[in-house]
Amino acid sequence: MNPIRIPVVEKVLSANDSVAAETRARLDAQGIFSLNLMASPGAGKTSLVERTARALKDSLPVGMVNGDTSEAAFDAERSQRAGALSVHINTGGKCHLEAAMVRDALKLLPLEQIRLLIIENVGNLVCPSAWQLGAHRSVLIASIPEGDDKPYKYPKMYSGVDVLIINKIDLLPYVDFRMDYFRRGVETLNPGLITFPVSCRTGEGLDAWLDWLRSRAA
Amino acid sequence: MHELSITESILEIALRHAAGRRVASVHLVIGELSSYVDESIQLFWQELTRGTLAEDAVLRFAREPGELLCVDCGRQFPVRTPDFVCPHCQSGSAVPATGKDCYVDSIEVFE
Ligand SMILES: Nc1nc2c(ncn2[C@@H]2O[C@H](COP(=O)(O)OP(=O)(O)O)[C@@H](O)[C@H]2O)c(=O)[nH]1
Ligand SMILES: [Mg+2]
Ligand SMILES: [Zn+2]
Repeated sequence: MNPIRIPVVEKVLSANDSVAAETRARLDAQGIFSLNLMASPGAGKTSLVERTARALKDSLPVGMVNGDTSEAAFDAERSQRAGALSVHINTGGKCHLEAAMVRDALKLLPLEQIRLLIIENVGNLVCPSAWQLGAHRSVLIASIPEGDDKPYKYPKMYSGVDVLIINKIDLLPYVDFRMDYFRRGVETLNPGLITFPVSCRTGEGLDAWLDWLRSRAA
Repeated sequence: MHELSITESILEIALRHAAGRRVASVHLVIGELSSYVDESIQLFWQELTRGTLAEDAVLRFAREPGELLCVDCGRQFPVRTPDFVCPHCQSGSAVPATGKDCYVDSIEVFE
């Protein structure tokens, strides 16, 4: 008995994408603007959430979902102290957040009190880019000490995001970071990408980022 | 460790399209940039299919290379270069072409 062939042509993560679409509809219905924040460990994801929550908490109350491979909810606690409403997800060893994890975490947040939702993904430049979560924009943080070759090494991540933050620009004097080489790689992979060079330490550049958020979430 | 989730999705798609028939094989197209490891997917596949209609089904991988398209000479070259410079004409202007896709192309079933 010979098998018969059935054409499928279905994206491997299509089930995840449908859950993400449900989340997006839910956020839209609540009038919440949302970000999927991705970066390597230590790039400054939580620092950016803290800075953002502190600056916007009165005008655009911030909700935060933090995914981590461990039980330790340090980042959620940090953002809480900065004025965000936050919830921690233990991914159980998984190197990325999936749409269903975010959907379930959102049940634990008082969405009616939130206008801006920031999802801090697991620190990783490879895996998170494949899983849509339902957020309105995906935001990648690059940081100066990581080095200027990261677009060339992680092309999938750099080509798939909507916004790029270049963090830790206060460290430029101390690190061999060729900004033009870095920017050229980004421009090839993602022409015209909205980019904000910032320092979460000194606050430099953050006003442009906050203005952009205000204009999107208005 | 994302191959477990990937393999679960592949199995769900295969069984849904098989609609109650026994699955003989599953044909995947995996973009090189997606960084999924064939061997891990294969390993999880053997675990997850046990006791299902896809038990013993063969997984076949077609790799789609990760390439850039040179804007100046129109030729494609591997994205894995240190500077994204076209090896054919030395142009520095290129755009992403292939390698991001990841889909189940077809399955074979026994009637
Ligand atoms: N010098 C400098 N350090 C920063 C900056 N932003 C964050 N850091 C530090 O980088 C480390 C990691 O930051 P964190 O926000 O926890 O990164 P995450 O792992 O991406 O969430 C902490 O020690 C921060 O204080 C910055 O703009 N400049
Ligand atoms: Mg963090
Ligand atoms: Zn060329």
